[in-house]
Amino acid sequence: MSSHTLSVLVENKPGVLARVAGLFSRRGFNIESLAVGPTENPDVSRMTISVVVEDLPLEQVTKQLNKLVNVIKIVELDPSAAVRRELLLVKVRADATVRSQVLETVQLFRAKVVDVSPEALTIEATGTADKLEALLRMLEPYGVREMVQSGMVAIGRGPRSITATTVR
Amino acid sequence: MTSATSRPNPVAASHGPAPTPAPPPRPKPAPPTGTPVRVTGAQSLVRSLEAVGAEVVFGIPGGTILPAYDPLLDSTKVRHVLVRHEQGAGHAATGYAQATGKVGVCMATSGPGATNLVTPLADANMDSVPVVAITGQQSRPLIGTDAFQEADICGITLPITKHNFLVTDPADIPRTIAEAFHIASTGRPGPVLVDIPKDVLQETTAFSWPPELRLPGYRPTTRPHGKQVREAAKMIVQARRPVLYVGGGVIKAQASKELLELAEMTGIPVVTTLMARGAFPDSHRQHLGMPGMHGSVPAVGAMQRADLLIALGARFDDRVTGQLSSFAPDAQVIHADIDPAEISKNRRADVPIVGDAREIITELIAAVRAEPKPKADLTPWWAQIEGWRKTFPAGYEWPADGTLSPQYVIERIGKLVGPDAVYTAGVGQHQMWAAQFINYEKPGTWINSGGLGTMGFAVPAAMGAKFGLPDTPVWAIDGDGCFQMTNQELATCAIEGAPIKVAVINNGNLGMVRQWQNLFYAERYSQTDLGTHKHRIPDFTLLAEALGCAGLRCDNKDDVDATIQRAMEINDRPVVIDFVVGKDAQVWPMVAAGTGNDEIMAARGIRPLFDEDDVSTEANITEEANSGE
Repeated sequence: MSSHTLSVLVENKPGVLARVAGLFSRRGFNIESLAVGPTENPDVSRMTISVVVEDLPLEQVTKQLNKLVNVIKIVELDPSAAVRRELLLVKVRADATVRSQVLETVQLFRAKVVDVSPEALTIEATGTADKLEALLRMLEPYGVREMVQSGMVAIGRGPRSITATTVR
Repeated sequence: MTSATSRPNPVAASHGPAPTPAPPPRPKPAPPTGTPVRVTGAQSLVRSLEAVGAEVVFGIPGGTILPAYDPLLDSTKVRHVLVRHEQGAGHAATGYAQATGKVGVCMATSGPGATNLVTPLADANMDSVPVVAITGQQSRPLIGTDAFQEADICGITLPITKHNFLVTDPADIPRTIAEAFHIASTGRPGPVLVDIPKDVLQETTAFSWPPELRLPGYRPTTRPHGKQVREAAKMIVQARRPVLYVGGGVIKAQASKELLELAEMTGIPVVTTLMARGAFPDSHRQHLGMPGMHGSVPAVGAMQRADLLIALGARFDDRVTGQLSSFAPDAQVIHADIDPAEISKNRRADVPIVGDAREIITELIAAVRAEPKPKADLTPWWAQIEGWRKTFPAGYEWPADGTLSPQYVIERIGKLVGPDAVYTAGVGQHQMWAAQFINYEKPGTWINSGGLGTMGFAVPAAMGAKFGLPDTPVWAIDGDGCFQMTNQELATCAIEGAPIKVAVINNGNLGMVRQWQNLFYAERYSQTDLGTHKHRIPDFTLLAEALGCAGLRCDNKDDVDATIQRAMEINDRPVVIDFVVGKDAQVWPMVAAGTGNDEIMAARGIRPLFDEDDVSTEANITEEANSGE
């Protein structure tokens, strides 16, 4: 089993997310991560879906997704030829005694502090799942009070666009 | 084809209410011209249905769909058939679509009206039938407030429709209806639901036709890939034990003529699945029967021993393959289907071909003809098949207790009514016998619920077929269990003029369940006796009379032909025949659920493929099994 990243261009219409999510659940496929957002074309939304499956079930996933009338295009992004990012917001316990140590970790990971209070820091970081995991491991000893993480978004490297020819 | 709307109402004066003379058509607004005209959403809907060519709509009005029923009263092109239950409307639309090849249309109000369509929509989805369902919905401001008769029917039918729409702007009605019909009828056909809030139907809007379709994500592939076709042709000429595995897609694509040509040109044996009965003539020497759980021994045997399966519009359903790991173990697979997701879903295809079955077969014919290699000799293969055919022909035992044989009844109906009629069936033993013992010669003459297995399908589907083909005899082969689920539509048939015949194969039990209890649950008959024999409740002849039909009864062999003849003579109202048959008859051959097809039993304990080496010892027993012929 390996992780696959699918970029799915869909019509920007109500209920499309439910159609995609429902398809995954009723056909027994697990979504590892899902992110939806607008594209440069207001009629088109883009979903980045990460699934852990064998090759044959992956073929079924994409074929079944393609059958949804609102799905315009599906591209599997090769991890080595794509930029993949997740966003993490994490609230870490940090009083005056450890604040400088925490800030050092923030800098090492090229993260940002977005909120400060006497007892805590809120940190924003973007990166691959691996990088964010490493950051969290470093922050855990101080005490993670709360965290929230986005689904992964991904885009292929190079000048080519998967959206250019899709909408007629 | 004769339009259902132009047919005289055959309701007899002596039976049921006298036909009310049609009211003179009210003056109609100008027909669609392409320039927008001001109409209500409801008028826009009716005009769209007219423009898209809908001739018959099966439905029941109610609160939220009410606005649509007002302009429907004025339509001279769309005939509305008032059914007794929305499930009947849905199955009627399915029967209509399968009999005519056109899109079937049903209509219901919001909430319970819409949820009653769920079963027929799921049914049409499994069997790829083009159906459009139009439902009323609560007014836009009330959606999401748990308003009276509100149900999220788009959410509910999401997994059981090809697509569905919630119309939120009356200006979108023509385009949505056009898109719904387009999606339902193209590619792999299927049901589409259009949900329209009441205030959208009431609002004033502009109507113009034709609308522009906006379906950027919907592009079904119909043209097959030339390279794949040539690859398939190469395999076809080289195969020594090939089988044409024909599914319902061949009927949907109207490819029977092409199939016949391909089969005769190559000499390859043909099996037709439950959904494909009639796609290839049963009387043809190359036809081996139906494959699968209750398939013929030659059909199942040929697939198991094949070195090449040429699957055309079939989907390797579990009822065909049995245990997948032991299905056709030596066969390479050419899988041709219009739905790419079916290819390699259950069984890996060696040569996948995506496209319309008719286009694929046409190109295959040309490619096989152009193939330079000499064709493999199929003589040894046919010798093996003829061996199965001779030793294990279709047959049945006459019940030992002297009761009427259900198989005999169904066989006689097939013989006397003939291959030009349309036959529908419910689900269970009678369905399998109707698939086995009626000879189908033409596509579209066998209509049943294959994928979903919906009990109660026969009567409403027959009604739909009759409205589509008013001049064709339509026979519903039903069971006493199934019949009690949907027989209320006989009232519709009697009043609206659909003189169908219903042969109730009444064994007093839920026969197929009883058969499984007999075979796999130590003959413990839990909740399968319906009491239709013991108590004669209901009395089907009286029930028939009450519903405005003729009621006949037959319980012995000598009267079977005369009873069928009598039913064929009555054409002024529907006919119900209560065939009182024995409860112990079983459907054979059978592959028990979860076992491999090699373990097919021709009759109880006789496994022709498994015991292939000592076939001779079984010969005596099977001869007995065929005594019914």
